[in-house]
Amino acid sequence: MARVAVEDRGAWKGVWVFAEQRQGELNSVAIELLGEGKKLANDIGTDLSAILLGENVGDLAKELIAYGADKVYVADDALLKDYTTDAYTEVIDQAIRKYQPEIVLLGATHIGRDLGPRIAKRTTTGLTADCTHLDYDTNKYMEFLHGITSATVSQDRIDANKENLKMTRPAFGGNLMATIICPATRPQMATVRPGVMDKAVKDESRTGEIIKLDYKLTADDIHTKILEIVKSTEKKVNLTDAEIVVSGGAGLGSADGFKLMQEFADTVGGVVGASRAAVDAGWIDHSHQVGQTGTTVKPKIYFACGISGAIQHLAGMQDSDIIVAINKSSIAPIFEVADYGIVGDLYKIVPMLIEAFKEYKAEA
Amino acid sequence: MKILVCAKQVPNTKNVTTDPVTGRINREGVESILNPDDANALEAALEIKDKDPENVHVTVISMGPDQAKEMLNECLAMGADDAILLSDRRFGGSDTWATSNAIAAGMAKVGDYDLILGGRQAIDGDTAQVGPQIAEKLGIPQVTYAEDIKIDGKTVTVKRQLEDGYEIIEVQMPCFITCVAELNTPRYMNVGGIIEAYDHPERITTWSFDDVDIKQEETGLKASPTNVFTSFAPAPKGAGVMLEGTDQEMVDQLMASLKEKHYI
Repeated sequence: MARVAVEDRGAWKGVWVFAEQRQGELNSVAIELLGEGKKLANDIGTDLSAILLGENVGDLAKELIAYGADKVYVADDALLKDYTTDAYTEVIDQAIRKYQPEIVLLGATHIGRDLGPRIAKRTTTGLTADCTHLDYDTNKYMEFLHGITSATVSQDRIDANKENLKMTRPAFGGNLMATIICPATRPQMATVRPGVMDKAVKDESRTGEIIKLDYKLTADDIHTKILEIVKSTEKKVNLTDAEIVVSGGAGLGSADGFKLMQEFADTVGGVVGASRAAVDAGWIDHSHQVGQTGTTVKPKIYFACGISGAIQHLAGMQDSDIIVAINKSSIAPIFEVADYGIVGDLYKIVPMLIEAFKEYKAEA
Repeated sequence: MKILVCAKQVPNTKNVTTDPVTGRINREGVESILNPDDANALEAALEIKDKDPENVHVTVISMGPDQAKEMLNECLAMGADDAILLSDRRFGGSDTWATSNAIAAGMAKVGDYDLILGGRQAIDGDTAQVGPQIAEKLGIPQVTYAEDIKIDGKTVTVKRQLEDGYEIIEVQMPCFITCVAELNTPRYMNVGGIIEAYDHPERITTWSFDDVDIKQEETGLKASPTNVFTSFAPAPKGAGVMLEGTDQEMVDQLMASLKEKHYI
């Protein structure tokens, strides 16, 4: 076990983020990780690095520097063109052992959640899944904690964990929040929910260092074969970046209800979301799902239409700037998080809203 | 062919309520269930067995308290051949790293497995880490987020779900596959199976810490690299405004507020 004695922690330096790319395009979560990683690096007083694997990814390395990476560790190799668990684990594990970063962050995507646990196990360290808040600085953490709960932590415990990353995540289906630490091993690893952290700001004038990784990897190390990668033929649902989300739930009553949701979304320039109930009923594809097991969104306006507001749904949208809830039942839990609540029949209210937005646009 | 299925007994977090005053979870009356994604993994195993019942053996493996036998009986009543429960206080308090060591030790003791199936994640922790970490400990390949599985001899072809599509991955046994809800619809327990499961408690084997090849520094609370610093109820947002009046009046008030506050 890679336990690291307190006096040897100093050898583990720097914040790393995994720069996930697919088909040569950076995943937006990588830019969010750079934004968050920079804050942590500043609090620690260390530098921020990205680790980038792929083939012909030189341009991406420059992009990562523009987004704030002080260093980019690059493995450019035909064997790394597309993500495979075996190849990526092997190369990143070797890099971690060689360069000894203090913190390693990955996006909690279908790739990051496949890769993170495998690396942590091989490196013999802890990994915290799906984090929604990270702090290194203890004062900032206590400020965060006091802002949302009366729960507190003893001074001894705070003092003992000054140099440990405080990793906060929802647990128990979003019913509970837990802050996790990884005190005795290094690096401290976390996967971070996409769409939660603020993106880094691009500055083309920034400079940084590109370091070519030295590693051992052969085709025999890779035990899976990718036969095909297929992008969904349906229009890509980009809930994460949407400024307005129009979500429908069980209250729609049928798949047809999503036609009205689509019309509403088209009128306001938004994207259609859905509750788990609507997805489970087969009314709409899973890619539209907002919530703990779907996508986390924080648009400027979130319209919840016929959504009762199960905790697992709230976990994915409660940070929206403005929440408008339309529901037949005045006691639906969604009204507890809503900024504006309308008790009524969504099939009457939504068409009125569509008209109102059309008039508003015509005036503007 | 020997298939191992990882299953976890979990509280049904969908039906959990929190006390509005204390912000604590009301644990009373929360039922324990077979983790939903694990039911999909078991169904996938049983569908493979349906095609060749004589030559496919399905063993369910779990870690937890004695109470988890209820869930294992449910798995047997669905059609699993037998089950193993790893149960010992010395496994208690394990994080994903330490849990995967214990379960991998149980699997190593079984030894002659060809295929291991598990759910993508458990609904109490939602980490999705234990499956890949078992695969790493056993030194076998993994494919996660399986929404379709095809078997041809020792070759497994998996349709792996991605956020923006899917990929088709080919892998050789032995391997570890984690399953998502889109893979299948789990069957119900059959009545004969329920009776049989309770009549034959010997179909569940319980292994303690001493029954498997593991050291205390590999499992349990103290061995776990991560631990809980603090836990608390999520913050409720400040109360909003309930609009009043006729439908049209409420819509007008909403539009006026959104304009006034420059949201549109």
